[in-house]
Amino acid sequence: MDFSIASILTLDGVTNGAIYALLALATVLVFAITRIIFIGQGDFVAYGAITLAILQNGNPVGSFWHRHGDLPGTVWLLLAVAVIAAVVDGVRGMRRGLGSGVLAKEALLTLAVPVLVFAVAWFAGPRSWPLWAQSLFTLAVVTPLGPLVYRLAYEPLADASVLVLLIVSVGVHFALTGLGLVFFGAEGFRNPSFWDERFQLGPVTVSGQAFIIFVATITLMSALFVFFELTLRGKALRATAVNRLGARLMGISTSGAGRLTLGLAAFMGALSGLLIGPTATIFYDSGFLIGLKGFVAAIFGGLASYPAAALGAIFVGVLESFGSFWASAFKEVIVFTVIIPVLLWRSFLHGHDDEE
Amino acid sequence: MKAFRPLAIALAALFAAGAAQADITIGVVLPLTGPGNGLGIPVNNYVKLWPTSIAGEKLNVIVLDDASDPTKGVQNAKKLVTEDKVDILVGSAVTPVAIAMAGVAAEAQTVQLMMSPANLPAGRDTWSFRLPQSNAVMAHALIEHMKKKGIKQIGFLGYTDAYGEGWLNDFKAESAKLGGPQIVAVERFARPDTSVTAQALKLVAANPPAILVVASGSGAAMPHKGLIERGYKGTIYQTHAAASRDLMRIGGKDVEGSFVVSGPAVAPEQLPDSHPSKKLALDFVQKYEKAYGAGSRNQFGAHGYDAVIVLEKAVPVALKAGKPGTQAFRTALRDAIENMGRTVLSQGVVTYSKDNHWGFTTETGVILKVVKGEWDVEN
Repeated sequence: MDFSIASILTLDGVTNGAIYALLALATVLVFAITRIIFIGQGDFVAYGAITLAILQNGNPVGSFWHRHGDLPGTVWLLLAVAVIAAVVDGVRGMRRGLGSGVLAKEALLTLAVPVLVFAVAWFAGPRSWPLWAQSLFTLAVVTPLGPLVYRLAYEPLADASVLVLLIVSVGVHFALTGLGLVFFGAEGFRNPSFWDERFQLGPVTVSGQAFIIFVATITLMSALFVFFELTLRGKALRATAVNRLGARLMGISTSGAGRLTLGLAAFMGALSGLLIGPTATIFYDSGFLIGLKGFVAAIFGGLASYPAAALGAIFVGVLESFGSFWASAFKEVIVFTVIIPVLLWRSFLHGHDDEE
Repeated sequence: MKAFRPLAIALAALFAAGAAQADITIGVVLPLTGPGNGLGIPVNNYVKLWPTSIAGEKLNVIVLDDASDPTKGVQNAKKLVTEDKVDILVGSAVTPVAIAMAGVAAEAQTVQLMMSPANLPAGRDTWSFRLPQSNAVMAHALIEHMKKKGIKQIGFLGYTDAYGEGWLNDFKAESAKLGGPQIVAVERFARPDTSVTAQALKLVAANPPAILVVASGSGAAMPHKGLIERGYKGTIYQTHAAASRDLMRIGGKDVEGSFVVSGPAVAPEQLPDSHPSKKLALDFVQKYEKAYGAGSRNQFGAHGYDAVIVLEKAVPVALKAGKPGTQAFRTALRDAIENMGRTVLSQGVVTYSKDNHWGFTTETGVILKVVKGEWDVEN
């Protein structure tokens, strides 16, 4: 190992780490506000990457959707999940004896965005939009899935224990992966690069894609900072994170907070998918391991500290990169073993601070 | 009254024919859902094109989904042999399920045609025959090609799973037998990995004249691109699990000029006329693409095609020993497959024997070169 190899490995590690950082932040965010350990986070990565790939190239030959038009499966999925949510809400509302006007308004609110997305997809499907427009559209398709997942899977259980929410998360993850297989097929996808430029920095070549990954991660982190420090919605979310009951007494809707949080998580997942799509082949089930590394990074921050989670993510990325170099067969072992001393250290530091 | 007579005769004839025919029942167990469905669905596609009768006996085909899960596969196989009394089991296309089903086949003494190159301990495959090519047979073709090109050393970049490990062992053994290239560097990666930069750096530093990438389907392109991006200039070889159009779809211009070993059914048009499988492979491609669209041909659909060839050869022999549905027929069927001698399939040439249920001979592997996003057969 000489300096040039070390610097190439470091760059590769930091690039992957930047993506893990996005996922780690989303994991911390969701846990802090809703107490959900959200395992399905990685699935949104695959959804984002593959939705863009299908917008680019159409459905692969032989898949079910190949014979049924050029729309990415996620568009149908979004519509289906929204209809289910509207029906569930309607039944619940009728039991509570709400008026039909209120019910119709609620259903309209649930269905508006998915139907709009579907209409745009129907219009845009046959036309090849430029890459950036398709990327924005991909975010618009995947992001509304987050609130719908919260409403269907978690909202009825919002006050349950962390363990129950974790068990639901496992179910949600398997459901999302299985639906991914149905809607995308078993083959992998790769997206075109957003920027093909290469920069020479001493022994290291920084690709345009890596540059975009750094810029996107830093931008998103700053945007989150602004959102939580300066906006009312952001402050409401923080209040919910600190004390759910207190927040509710102050008139903050905790279910609204949950939906907003999962929406943010889905957005960050889809964005990670767009960023990672050009550097790796993404399968319907690739998200899990990527998300898991984000989760390991989030553990570094004790599922509470954003800066620690981000640093943890960079550490995981670099460790993975050097691990692959020294002992490629044991790479995952190395990455996931590191979590044990961290857990020990955190547990010595804090002890058991709650009853769960 | 008069009008009924032809009808009565026709009905009588139908019943007579029905009595003479004891249908052959085939139970097919395939991963139609779950992570292995990319392999199971093409086989099932061809099963739908199977003939309605073999050697004058009507075929009764039952297809069940194993969801890529060995437990489900065993349940299905048990149901097929006990309730439906099948004469032949076909499947599965994923190795762990095929291995689990082999136990049921052996217990029920029913022939199993595997759609996966599953390794079974000696004595466990008495009733199981494999239709896909073994890694060793494919490694043979690769090593011959490397020797012809004067390659003495190669690097290895493969999956950290049974497929990668199997290839590494089989390649080493075949290479030692044939005096082929030495493996000088071994690096691993996992299917969901997002980067192989580190492994590629190490391989490029070792700088062997050729590198063998062991990966399957669309997963084979990422390591390939990783090597090119790190400036590797040597020859890159890929295994038969990568011989699908996904390699070009995802690899683009980076996979140009690399070599892929494959069965003959992937690019039969370019095979020399002397190739034994050419005619059958062309027939397979024509039938499959007529039903499922141009460019849909693949390795696994062809295994479904080959199952029919094996049965068409073995069933007439077995019928002499007993009627379908009896143990005598099933035993005779196994013996007939073991003794059917050199048989040409769309995927190569098989010679099964009592001690060898792998079948394929070394005439099987075809080396394809990627030229302008198309397969080009190397001769």
